Amino acid sequence: MQWRHIIKYLLLLMPLLWLRVALIFYALGLVYALLALARKAESLARITVPALWLGLTFHFVSLAELTLEQGHLTPSTHNHAESLLAFLVAAFFLAFWLKYRTVSPGIFVFPLVFLLTLLAAIGEQPQEFTSPLLRRGWIFVHVTLIFLGYAALFLSFVASMLYLWQERRLKSKNMGKWLRLPPLQVIDEIGYRALLLGFPFMTLGLIAGSIVAQEQFGAAFFHDPKIVLSIMVWIIYMVLLFTRWSAGWRGRKAAFLSTFAFIAAVGTWAANYLSGTHRFLGP
Amino acid sequence: MTFVLIGVNHKSAPVEVRERLAIPESRLADATARLMEFPGVVEGMILSTCNRVELIVNVSRADLDLRGFLREYFEADTDLLAGHLYEYREREAMRHIFRVAASLDSMIVGEPQVLGQVKAAYAVACGVGALHSQLHALVSRAFAVAKRVRTETAIGSSAVSVASAAVDLATQIFGSLSGKHVYLVGAGKMSELAARHLMAGGAEAIFVANRTHARALTLAEKFQGTAIRFEELYDTADRADIVITSTGSPRAIFRREHGERFLHRRKNRPMFFIDIAVPRDVDPEMNKLDGIFVYDIDDLQAVVSANVASREREAARADEIVEVELQRFVARLQTQEAAPTIVSLQEHLENIRQAELDRMRGRLGKLTAEQESAVEALTRGIINKVLHTPITAIKNAAGDPESNTVIDHVRRIFNLNPKNLNPKNQDPKNSSPKSLDSTSPNARPISADRLRNQKQEEPLREQEKKATPS
Repeated sequence: MQWRHIIKYLLLLMPLLWLRVALIFYALGLVYALLALARKAESLARITVPALWLGLTFHFVSLAELTLEQGHLTPSTHNHAESLLAFLVAAFFLAFWLKYRTVSPGIFVFPLVFLLTLLAAIGEQPQEFTSPLLRRGWIFVHVTLIFLGYAALFLSFVASMLYLWQERRLKSKNMGKWLRLPPLQVIDEIGYRALLLGFPFMTLGLIAGSIVAQEQFGAAFFHDPKIVLSIMVWIIYMVLLFTRWSAGWRGRKAAFLSTFAFIAAVGTWAANYLSGTHRFLGP
Repeated sequence: MTFVLIGVNHKSAPVEVRERLAIPESRLADATARLMEFPGVVEGMILSTCNRVELIVNVSRADLDLRGFLREYFEADTDLLAGHLYEYREREAMRHIFRVAASLDSMIVGEPQVLGQVKAAYAVACGVGALHSQLHALVSRAFAVAKRVRTETAIGSSAVSVASAAVDLATQIFGSLSGKHVYLVGAGKMSELAARHLMAGGAEAIFVANRTHARALTLAEKFQGTAIRFEELYDTADRADIVITSTGSPRAIFRREHGERFLHRRKNRPMFFIDIAVPRDVDPEMNKLDGIFVYDIDDLQAVVSANVASREREAARADEIVEVELQRFVARLQTQEAAPTIVSLQEHLENIRQAELDRMRGRLGKLTAEQESAVEALTRGIINKVLHTPITAIKNAAGDPESNTVIDHVRRIFNLNPKNLNPKNQDPKNSSPKSLDSTSPNARPISADRLRNQKQEEPLREQEKKATPS
């Protein structure tokens, strides 16, 4: 019967629809971020958090439906992966809002979340990852943990940016009419907590990944550029935490280091396109 | 209805005059009751704070002189008050009370106490039954305006004293001040004040070091802190998050190398130096260290004056809000006045029509139903055509500041009894019917006295200068 096909088709479209609704709410957040830079954010601050909640809710529905539809949890397209990463970053931001009640990170978080969601929502005819690897539980664990690590690292990077910004204001003694940033020590703590939270995810994610790879490719996987970069990022991550524990590196130094770690992580993400093991285009 | 506001404030009168007129809280109710007994006063409220004494009154006679009340109540010499009193009427009086409640007329613009004081005065006036509908509406509107100003402008959000600027900066560095340690190096009024502010903000332990140890001991006792010998300063300073310096030392006490040592011992936790001394106690080089923030007295002053300037900008925005609200309030009052005028105008002409019809009926003899309705239509038609222009004029005038004049003209031309128009506005103590002319603002006699008062409004500042004892 005709209508059955239509409904089936519509059901296929639903995740995309929810994703686009989520995108609208993230766009509201983005407007906040842009207006914050134009120094008019005070009145908009109160719409940010509701927009974030609603965006996350629709985003979650979208991801859940997509998972049901394809029958397994692992992202099966680039779009899906971007959507998942955007969701995790936004969720981390919300978690930090719940603890510290500051929307300032939104200035950086919303543009990224919006961009990733936009890519996920408008990408046409996504290229499917056809590798049978994706049907296995381990790869889901690997991807999700690594993404959690990325999200945390991004938040730590955001805190670094805010730290450097606020520090500059205080040092230059020109507070100007900028929007009120969170206190320096609070930003510092946010950055540190984000690192602390992300490190175990990253570590376990790498372990899960190497288990899969060992099984699949043997020792050869170590020559893959993405994997080399990933391990580098992990080492920077560790150095960051270690210097903080031992030498009390905080503030500007920590901010620079965490920015560096983030740039390396972005490089790792980009390396998907160079990597043999991470293209998932099937045998 | 006429609102009249008379009073003195910090701008118009020196403290000797203000204290002469100040009414202590305990006597405010009594004073308000006395004000209500003053002939011509319908509603009244007295606001008495250390910066102002103001009477805001709804009077039944526009030419009522409230100076009489001041003379009577304070037994004050009018000459003493002459140069210092200001008097506002109607729109100006409403604007003034809006501005006072919104803290735009305060000595420190945006300070929050004045709204509470207006609220207290309002409560007292309510308590003695001195407020009825109109003044009540005005004062509640003033509260709403004050709230709007506070939420829509940043008038009260920035620190405008050196001590509060220091606390604000400390909060921007440390977030919560609770558990933070403050170190006072050298004793002085200003540093003591800053320390007090920081303690009020939640800072906990206080250390005091001074070249004269005895002085440190007294100060430490005052704050329930710890006195530390001056020789031990460098070994102990890293325990503090906030250091306030105000010694008379000719050269800097804290230099870059000290800062580096402190940071090392503190594992780079930030430190905030507030240097109130001149010459400076903290080498400005210290500010270049990662994690140390140094503000000297000039920096703090700069923060304060930037905040003051921003408050003034905000005050300009607040004044715009006041104007909008004033316009709205006046329009509302006028619509309330316009409606009864239209009704009584219609009633007035309808009465004439009925009377004329009754008078003519005998001459017309018996009319058919058709003729009857034709006469009805004819007479009604004339009335409606005649009324059309004045009613339109009243309606148009309702939103216009000149409306009172238009409405008064209409009332006078058609000889409409004011008693029917606005029963609330009539003086309940003065029940004898008055002619309309006496209540009309246009018809009131302009006395030489009034003219003099109006002139006094303008050169207030010059007079203030002259009046200030040199």
